[in-house]
Amino acid sequence: MSDTHAQTVAFVRDTMLPSAAPPIRESGAIRWLRENLFAGPINTILTILGALIVWFLVATFWDWFAHSVWNASSLNECRAIIVATWGEGARGACFAVIRERWNQYLFGFYPVELYWRPTMTFGLLMVALAPVLFSASLTIRRVILIITAVVTLSAMVVLGAPVGWLIFAALVLGAGLFASERNITWMLPFSLIYPLLGVWFLWGGTLWGPIFVLVGPLLGWAAWRVLSRVSPLLATVAAILVTLLFWLLLAGNAASDAEALLPLSIEAVRSDRFGGFLLSLTIGVAGIALSLPLGIVLALARQSDMFLIKSLSVIFIEFIRGVPLITLLFVASLLLNYFLPPGTSFDIILRVIIMVTIFAAAYMAEVIRGGLAALPKGQYEAADALGLDYWKAQRLIVLPQALKISIPGIVSTFIGMFKDTTLVTFVGLYDPLKSMSDAVRANIEWKGIYWEPFIFVGGIFFLICFGMSRYSMYLERRLQRDHR
Amino acid sequence: MKKSVFLGTAAAATLLAGMGMAQEGSTLTQVKERDELNCGVNTGLVGFAAPDASGNWTGFDVAYCRALAAAVLGDPAKVKFVPTTGQTRFTALSSGEVDVLARNSTWTYSRDTDLNLDFVGVNYYDGQGFMVRSDLGVTSAKELDGATICIQTGTTTELNLADYFRANNMAYTPVNIDSNAEGEQQYMAGACDAYTTDASGLAATRAAFADPETHIILPEIISKEPLGPAVRHGDSNWGDIARWTLNALIAAEEYGVTSRNIEELVRSSENPEVQRLLGTTDELGAMMGLDAEWARRAILAGGNYGEIFAANIGEQTPIGLARGLNAQWTQGGLLYAPPFR
Repeated sequence: MSDTHAQTVAFVRDTMLPSAAPPIRESGAIRWLRENLFAGPINTILTILGALIVWFLVATFWDWFAHSVWNASSLNECRAIIVATWGEGARGACFAVIRERWNQYLFGFYPVELYWRPTMTFGLLMVALAPVLFSASLTIRRVILIITAVVTLSAMVVLGAPVGWLIFAALVLGAGLFASERNITWMLPFSLIYPLLGVWFLWGGTLWGPIFVLVGPLLGWAAWRVLSRVSPLLATVAAILVTLLFWLLLAGNAASDAEALLPLSIEAVRSDRFGGFLLSLTIGVAGIALSLPLGIVLALARQSDMFLIKSLSVIFIEFIRGVPLITLLFVASLLLNYFLPPGTSFDIILRVIIMVTIFAAAYMAEVIRGGLAALPKGQYEAADALGLDYWKAQRLIVLPQALKISIPGIVSTFIGMFKDTTLVTFVGLYDPLKSMSDAVRANIEWKGIYWEPFIFVGGIFFLICFGMSRYSMYLERRLQRDHR
Repeated sequence: MKKSVFLGTAAAATLLAGMGMAQEGSTLTQVKERDELNCGVNTGLVGFAAPDASGNWTGFDVAYCRALAAAVLGDPAKVKFVPTTGQTRFTALSSGEVDVLARNSTWTYSRDTDLNLDFVGVNYYDGQGFMVRSDLGVTSAKELDGATICIQTGTTTELNLADYFRANNMAYTPVNIDSNAEGEQQYMAGACDAYTTDASGLAATRAAFADPETHIILPEIISKEPLGPAVRHGDSNWGDIARWTLNALIAAEEYGVTSRNIEELVRSSENPEVQRLLGTTDELGAMMGLDAEWARRAILAGGNYGEIFAANIGEQTPIGLARGLNAQWTQGGLLYAPPFR
């Protein structure tokens, strides 16, 4: 290069200047501070205000946290320890109540020797969810399943699970990991039967119950196959009727007969033993799993051209959204008892799950309707142009896009619903936030304790809700198809 | 959707059919068939009903449930405790979800008549009191003119408070709270000058303070709160069983029958009243569909009234309630069991 200009230019630099360090104001931490915290007068004032608030909070509550007592058997003992350690007049948190009663906050009154059962149930829940939630990324799946396996199995060992069940859980978790490495769709059958399995693990009783519940839809499917040649409508009606009749009339007796022939049962646990986060998670997970499909159906029904379907769906959605959840819960716990024949034991948790589900489904339907409305009309027309029928068009073209748009709203509804599970306190169920704390306070040892349970329970709620929120963000990123 | 209409109609028809049947079948038969007593209790009230660390219920009301279960079913453990809130308690009883409600509920005219309940007696004579900080310098509720008062909403205490202040021509500012725990917190934080609730609750609250000596409970009791178990209208036999189980516990204390000496008294008691109570003479149990030893089992379950009181809320417990009005009539109290004959 320099040769070319050797005769025409007096001086040509033939080495690069070393790059100088940027000015101190434009680099490193100072730049970050300048850009993010002190970018202008208003920004600066807000930063200082924020810092003052944080300082005030820390200064006010620091000693309370710092003086925490974890080892005591009553509030008075806590107070004595705080006075002995930190001097007269010192205050401190008495987290000993959590140490003493953590199990009730997590499991309610579930029999202590069976704590491993809910633990296993929620461990296997992750396996069942893996093909649904983490179908795209092998790495995430692997990490989550390995963590789940380690945590579940070690917790089960600590909680004294029988060896047979340990092996069972290890096998399922191992199969999940194996399928996750090869082809995660292998786990889908497990995901499908998991709801029945989960119910059986939690409530116990005979395995024949879930088996015969499963037989109902199979018979219905058989009826549908036989009749679908004659008339699709008749076949659908017959399938549903066969399933329902089997469940209502035969399943119960069949299960007890089968149990008599071949006992396959684990210790039954009644609904009144449920409480704490076990109750919240049971209601929350069931509500989430049921309200999404129900919400989709309602949203589609509301968009339908058929008058009856459309108006029924509108009435349902608007009625449920117009009524507070507490009202529905009271209906579930009180009103139904007047209507049902005496002696009918319609499980209270099941009643609450139904009410919570339809409540969340009504909101879900509107969120999804928003997604459907946001789709350009061209997408519907394209589906028609391709000759797809209604269900194929919805399944292949409309819903994937509409649901993707609705993800933030759907997850918000989930989070809201999960937090709303604490409202079951008003129908006498032991939610972790209020009822369980009141029950703990009703023992003279812990009467007068106030903030500590709230902090503990709030922390767990935050973890779960924050997890859901982060997952929804991950999902949004993964499904991003537009060209922003 | 057509199907759902059909199902809905079918369900509604079933429900209506159920309503008609709801009145049939005596409670005693149902309880015996179920082999379990459904007893409505408080979701948690110090001394009266509370689940402990392993989920076992204890307390003054709980002990009555156990005694009733022992009388009817022969086993004090055959009780399913149904926790009820202030809002759900009476509906739970009238809808049949519980057989008996032992949930520190005040026996009032309208509850007994309008709500179709039968209060079978009084197991605790309570009354509404006030607690204030001693440095407030107040020694009587009459000096509380202009005070802010923490009060639980939706309870009889709220109405009593309004009545009392109106009757004494005083003004007050209510601070509405939802639960005992919240009330204590507000009171400790200085949000109100006085905290008012049933005197038994005040005693328990004060006992749990870090500095109980700096708080005083004012001497005035401004209301009558006879707390007692309740059953549904319309099943008098079941009401009799509930009533006389309570009376048996009270009478047992009067005649000196305790869970410790009961076996000996069964063999050797000369007192005809005790003999009838314990079923060694006459067949009192048969008159209400029970066996002769019903009262014996009820007393054995948790002791007589005095033993139950002492074990759960008495002066030896941290709650430390004196017998007061709840002493036997022979001791200057109000407990007076009708004769067993």
